[in-house]
Amino acid sequence: MSETLRMLTLHNGGARPVQEVPTLDWQQFRSVILNSVASGAHVAAMFGHVPDGKDCVEIFAVLADRESGQIHVAKSTISENAYPSLTIDCPQVHLFEREIAEQYELLPEGHPWLKPVRFVKSHRSNHGTSKRPLIGVTDFYRVEGEEVHEVAVGPVHAGVIEPGHFRFQCHGEQVFHLEISLGYQHRGVESKLMGGPNKRTIHYMETLSGDATVGHTTAYCQSIEALAGCKVPARAQVLRGVALELERLANHTGDLGALSGDVGFLPTASYCGRLRGDFLNMTALLCGSRLGRALVRPGGIVYDLDESRAKELLNRLETTMRDVTNAVDLLWNSSSTMSRFEETGKLSLETCEQLGIVGPAARACGLECDVRNDFPAGIFRMSHIPVSTAVTGDVFARAYVRWLEIQRSADFVREQLQALVGGTIKTTLGELAGEKIVVSLVEGWRGQICHVAMTDPRGHIARYKVVDPSFYNWMGLALAMRNQQISDFPLCNKSFNLSYCGHDL
Amino acid sequence: MFGILLSRWRQGHRTISFPSGQPTLPDRFRGLPVIDQSKCPSGCRECAEVCPTDAISFDAKGLQLDLGRCIFCSDCVQACPEKAITFTPEFRLATRNREDLILNEHELRLADALDEKIRRLFGRSLKLRQVSAGGCAGCEVEVNVLSTVVFDLGRFGIQVVASPRHADGLLITGPVTQNMLLALQKTYDATPTPKIVIAVGACAISGGPYIDHPEAHNGADSVLPVDLYIPGCPPHPLTILDGLLRLLGRIEASAGHKSSK
Ligand code: SF4
Repeated sequence: MSETLRMLTLHNGGARPVQEVPTLDWQQFRSVILNSVASGAHVAAMFGHVPDGKDCVEIFAVLADRESGQIHVAKSTISENAYPSLTIDCPQVHLFEREIAEQYELLPEGHPWLKPVRFVKSHRSNHGTSKRPLIGVTDFYRVEGEEVHEVAVGPVHAGVIEPGHFRFQCHGEQVFHLEISLGYQHRGVESKLMGGPNKRTIHYMETLSGDATVGHTTAYCQSIEALAGCKVPARAQVLRGVALELERLANHTGDLGALSGDVGFLPTASYCGRLRGDFLNMTALLCGSRLGRALVRPGGIVYDLDESRAKELLNRLETTMRDVTNAVDLLWNSSSTMSRFEETGKLSLETCEQLGIVGPAARACGLECDVRNDFPAGIFRMSHIPVSTAVTGDVFARAYVRWLEIQRSADFVREQLQALVGGTIKTTLGELAGEKIVVSLVEGWRGQICHVAMTDPRGHIARYKVVDPSFYNWMGLALAMRNQQISDFPLCNKSFNLSYCGHDL
Repeated sequence: MFGILLSRWRQGHRTISFPSGQPTLPDRFRGLPVIDQSKCPSGCRECAEVCPTDAISFDAKGLQLDLGRCIFCSDCVQACPEKAITFTPEFRLATRNREDLILNEHELRLADALDEKIRRLFGRSLKLRQVSAGGCAGCEVEVNVLSTVVFDLGRFGIQVVASPRHADGLLITGPVTQNMLLALQKTYDATPTPKIVIAVGACAISGGPYIDHPEAHNGADSVLPVDLYIPGCPPHPLTILDGLLRLLGRIEASAGHKSSK
C-alpha cells in the first residue's frame, strides 16, 4: 500500500495531469515495481519518452492492480545511457526493457537476453550511432550436443498467416527450446502517432491488429475521449460492447475450428470456418464491414442499430449459436481430439504470472484476469460478464476457455439487444486537454489491450504507447513448447493465436 | 460416429453458388464508390481534405478517386456537404492495371483474363503462395475465408500452397514493410516462371494507411510486377474471388461499370 502511495493512481479511461506522475529515483522506481508486482499487479506497460527539448529519457511504468481496479503510474529519469535491469527480479518487464533499449538506446545492464525486438532504428535519431539492424540477424539461443539439431522456420510460413521467425532446439522430435524472433510486420505506427490525432490516426488504430479492430479502436477512443473530457452516449457504449463481443465470438469460433483442423478433426474445422464467417457477417450487418471498420469513432459510433436490424441480429445469433454448439460438442466428444489437446503445450500458473500472460491463455492456467471484470469501462460497468477460467493450462484448457467465453459473449449480446437503451450514438469530441495522461484498457479477444496517451501543452499527442495482448504473450508460447513434440507446434501456436502485426506495430 | 453424421446433416450444404448466382451482401456494405460531379460546389475540397490516404485529387477533369488507395472508410461521404459521393453494393473491383483503378468519368475497367498462353497453363489449376508483408491480418482473414466451405476455392482449381516452389504465383498482402522486403523477393525468386503476382488490399496496391511510411514501401508493385489488383480494406472475399476468376477467364470480361454519373 505504501508503495502505491508513491505512484499516481488512475482509473481505466480516466485522465490526469502528466505533472502528477511522480518522478522517482531508480531505487525507488525499482522497489515500487517489484513490490507492486509481488502483491499481484500486472506490468501493463513500461516505455520510454523523451521530454520535449531534453536530452534524457523518462521511463514510465504502468501497473494494473486487478484487485483494486486501480492503475498506478510512476516514472524515472535516466540521464546516462544505461540503467540496472529489472528483468532478473521481475521477468514481466523483459520485453519492455528490450523495447526501450531498441527505441531509446538505453542499456538495461544485466538483462539476461538483450536483443532487438523489431529490428528498427531508434527513436532518438540524433543520438549515438543509430544504425538500422538487419532483420533477424542476431544471436539465437543454442543447445549444443550430439544429436541436438536446430530447426528454423519462417519468416514466410506455410499457411495464410503473418510472418515471423521461429528457431527450435530439438533432440529428435523433442523441443528443448523455442526462440521467436519478430519485427517483420513493423510498419512504424507508433512514431506516426506523435503530434496527432490527425486524419490517419483512427485508421492506424483499426489496422494495428486488423482482426481486433473493435478492441483497438475502442481502447483508442476511450483514451482520446478522456483527454477531451467527452461523455459518450450510453447507446454508443452498448453498441461498442456488442461489436467487441461479436469480434470475440468470430475469432474464438474460428480458433476452435482451426484447432480441430490442426489435429485433423475435419467436421468441426469446416463447420467453425463457416460459422466464424457468420459472426463476421453480423458485424457487417451493423457497419458494412466484416471486420468492424468504420464503426467505432471518437465520441461514439457511426452506425445505429434500428429495431429491425437488432431483431435480425438476434435471430442470426440464435441460429449461429445453435450450429456452433453442435459443432463444438463434436469436438469434446471426440476422444482422439481430446487426447491431442490434453497435456499438450502446458503453461503453469506460476510461469503465466511471472511472464504477465493475459487473455484466454492466462485464464486457461486459472488466473482470474479479465479487463471487463477487473477494470470495467463503458457498458461493462453496467453489465458483468463472468470470468471464464480453466486449470490445466494446456491446449485443451485454452480451447475450453474459448468455448466458455463464446457462450458468455452470446448471452451478453442477447441481453443487450433485447433491451437496447435509447438515445443518440455520437457526440462531438471537442479539443484534447494539454499535458494529460490516460491509460485505457480493453479486453480484446486475445486479452488485455493497453493504450497510454500523453498530450503536450497544446493538446497534441506527445507519446502514444500501444501494448497489444500478443506483446505479453509470445514468450508464453515459447515456454509452452518446452519438452513438446515439434510436430505439436502448429497446434500450440494456434491455441495462443497471437498477432504478429500487433506485436510489431 | 452417429453424432458426426447427424451434425453433418444438421449443418447442411453451405457453399454459395457464385459466380452463377447473385450473392447477397449486407445493405451497409461499401463497394464501388460513385461520384456525381454535377453536385460538387465549385472549389469544394472537403472530401480530399479528410481522406486519410489522399485517394481523392482534383485535376482539369474534376474529381478523381484512386480505388487503389481507398480504404472504403467513407470519411469523404460524411464530409461531403452535397452527398456527391456514395458507396454502392458493387463488389466487383479487380483490375489488371494500376491506372484502371483511378476513377473519373470512365467506367471501371474490370480485369480481363491472362494471355491465352499463360491461361492455358493456369486456367484449370492455379496454385498460389500467400505472402503477408506487413498485412494487418485483415486481408489475410478474407483470403483464408475463401478456403472455407462457403466459398470453396478448390472447386475452381485454385489453391493456396505451402511453398513458393509449388506455386504459380504470389498473392501479396500488406504494404511491403522494409523488414519483409528481402523475404518477399526471395519468395518471388523461388517461384518457378512463368509466374503471376496478385496484390490484395489497399496496402499491397498503394501502401494503404501506411503510404509513404519510412518503414514500408508503397505496395507490391514498388518491388515486383503485379498482374492483378484487388482493392479494399480488406476486400470482401467475393471481391477477391471475382478478381481471381476474371484473371483465369472464368468470368467474362464483358462488363465494366460506371463509377461516375
Ligand atoms: S472512402 Fe476512400 S476516398 Fe473516401 S475518404 Fe476513405 S479512403 Fe478516402
